[in-house]
Amino acid sequence: MKEYDVVIVGGGSAGLAAAIEIYKNGIDNILLIVRDQELGGILLQCIHNGFGLKVFKEELTGPEYAERFVDQLKEINIDLRLESVVTAIHPDKRIEYVNSKEGFVTVKAKAIVLTMGCYERNSGAISIPGNRPAGVLTAGTAQKYLNIDGYLVGKRVFILGSGDIGLIMARRMTLEGAKVLGVAEILPFSGGLKRNIVQCLEDYDIPLYLSHTITEIIGDNNLQKIKVSKVDNFKVIPGTEMEFEIDTLLLSIGLIPENEISERAGIILDPKTRGPIVDETYQTNIEGIFACGNVLHVHDLVDFVTEESRRAGKNVAKYVKNQEVNKNEITHLKSNKGISYIVPQTIHFDNLEEKTEFFLRVTSEFKNVELVIKGDQEEIRRIKKRHMAPAEMEKVILTKASLKAYKIISIEVA
Amino acid sequence: MKKKLVCIVCPMGCLLDVEVENDYAVTGNQCKRGIGYAKKELTNPTRTVTSTVKIKGSIHDRLPVKTDKEVSKNKVFEVMKILDSVIVTSPIKVGTIIVENIFGDNVNIVASRSM
Ligand SMILES: Cc1cc2nc3c(=O)[nH]c(=O)nc-3n(C[C@H](O)[C@H](O)[C@H](O)COP(=O)(O)OP(=O)(O)OC[C@H]3O[C@@H](n4cnc5c(N)ncnc54)[C@H](O)[C@@H]3O)c2cc1C
Ligand code: SF4
Repeated sequence: MKEYDVVIVGGGSAGLAAAIEIYKNGIDNILLIVRDQELGGILLQCIHNGFGLKVFKEELTGPEYAERFVDQLKEINIDLRLESVVTAIHPDKRIEYVNSKEGFVTVKAKAIVLTMGCYERNSGAISIPGNRPAGVLTAGTAQKYLNIDGYLVGKRVFILGSGDIGLIMARRMTLEGAKVLGVAEILPFSGGLKRNIVQCLEDYDIPLYLSHTITEIIGDNNLQKIKVSKVDNFKVIPGTEMEFEIDTLLLSIGLIPENEISERAGIILDPKTRGPIVDETYQTNIEGIFACGNVLHVHDLVDFVTEESRRAGKNVAKYVKNQEVNKNEITHLKSNKGISYIVPQTIHFDNLEEKTEFFLRVTSEFKNVELVIKGDQEEIRRIKKRHMAPAEMEKVILTKASLKAYKIISIEVA
Repeated sequence: MKKKLVCIVCPMGCLLDVEVENDYAVTGNQCKRGIGYAKKELTNPTRTVTSTVKIKGSIHDRLPVKTDKEVSKNKVFEVMKILDSVIVTSPIKVGTIIVENIFGDNVNIVASRSM
C-alpha cells in the first residue's frame, strides 16, 4: 500500500489552496484526488466575474481565479489523480479510490484533507404538488450545460429560490435569449447577495417575488405551467395565485456540503452547517482528518474558501511534522439568539495564534444591531452591524488575549 | 433629489444614499469606490460582460470570455450578438484577445481561461 504524508480529496479552490500551502510548509509527499477531468472545481462553470477581490485585489471570473491556483499547483511536485473518485476513507487514514486506469486502489496517509465541495438541493428536497415533468432542474446543472457545453436548457424560464446561482443564471439565460419570467422566494428576504439582485435581476427587469412560492407544477412529459402564490409565514394566502407558462424551472434552493464519505468514516457533522465539526486547526473529531471549503460550510465567496484552506493547510503541515495530538482543554463556540452557526465549533485555547477568525451566519435579516461576544457570560466584545442577512457570511476576528481560558464562547445578536 | 442605490462594486453591497444635486454626494459607502460607482451608475452605468464562444479542438465546446473593460449597460446585448458568430481554435491562453476593439473604444473581448 502506497503511503503519503497527506492525501487531499477534491481539486476545487479549497483543495488547490490547501495543497499549495501544505507544500510551501515543507511537506511534499502529497496525493491530490479529483473526481472531475480537470482541476478547478465548481469555479470552472462560474464564468461571471466577482471573484478574487480580496485575494488578488482585482475582479476575476471563476475560471481565471481557478487558473491562477492551477498554475501554481503545476509548479510543485505532487501526485495527482484526475477522474478518480474517492469511495471511502477510514479512521486509520486509509483512502480508497477508483479510476478507469488503476481500478480500485487503497493508499495510506498521515493526514487527510476533505475538500469535496457541496451539491445542490433538488426537487426531491421540497414538496411541490404536481408532476415532475422534464424541464425542472437545478440552477447549477443549467449553468454547467450552458457554460461548459453551450446548451441552453429552455426559452421561458422561472426560478424558484433566490440563491446566488439562480440569480446569476437569470441574467445568463436572459443574455442568451431566454425570457426569465421571475424568481420566487418563500422568505421575505433574498437568499442571494444584494449586488446580484441589482446586476442580475433589476438590470433586466426580472421580477423578484419575495414571500412567494410555487404551489403547483403542471405538465405531463414536458413542463407547461406553474402556479405561484403569496405566502404568509409559509402558509399560502388564498386568492393570490399567478400562473406562468414556462418550459424550464430552475431550482436555486440551497447548497449542502458533500459529506457522504465523511459520515461513513465516523466524522461528526454539525446539524446546522451539515459539514464536519472542527477545531481551530480545521481538524475533525477524527485525529489527522481535516476539512475546509464548501465541504465544511457553504461559502458565498471563494476568497474566504482560499483563506480558510490556506490556514487549514498550514495546520495540516504542522500536524504531519509533529504527529502530536492536541490534548488541551476544549472551548465550545455557542450560537445564541440570532446566530445559526459558528465555524470553527471548538477551539483549544492554548493552541490559538494571536488572532482567530470565526465565520458565522445569522438566522434572519437584521438592521442596526450588534454582535455580542461573551465568554462564560462575561462580555468580551460588541461589534456594530448596519445590516446582516443569512445570505451574507460574517467574519469575526478575536484575539487570544480577549478569549482567556473560557469554557464556552457565545455569540448573539442584540 | 435623493437616490438610493446598492453599490455592486464588491460583495459588501453597501446601501448608498446619493444627493444628485449636490454633485452626487454619497453616504452609506464603506469605502471610496462607492462614491465613484454612484456617480457613474446615475450618469453612465457600465457592466463587464461575461459569456462564452465556440471553440474547436478542445476538451469542451465553449471557451469562457469577458470584456476587458466595462461597457455601457445599453450595449450589453450588442456584445452578446458579436459573440454569436465567433469561433476560435484551441489552444488559447487566458487573456488572449478574441475580438479586438469591439465598439472602437478600446474594449476587447478576451479569453477568461486557457483551453
Ligand atoms: C454555482 C456556484 C456559484 C458561485 N458563485 C460565486 C461568485 O459569484 N463569487 C464567489 O466569490 N463565489 C462564488 N461561489 C462560491 C465559490 O465558488 C465556492 O465556494 C468555492 O469555489 C468552493 O470551492 P471548494 O473547493 O470547496 O468546492 P468545489 O469547487 O465544488 O470542489 C470540489 C472538488 O471535490 C471533488 N470531489 C467531490 N467529491 C469527490 C470524491 N468523492 N472523490 C474525488 N473528488 C471529489 C470535485 O471533483 C471537485 O474537484 C459559487 C459557488 C457555486 C456552487
Ligand atoms: S462602497 Fe466600497 S465596500 Fe461598499 S459595496 Fe461599494 S466597493 Fe464595496
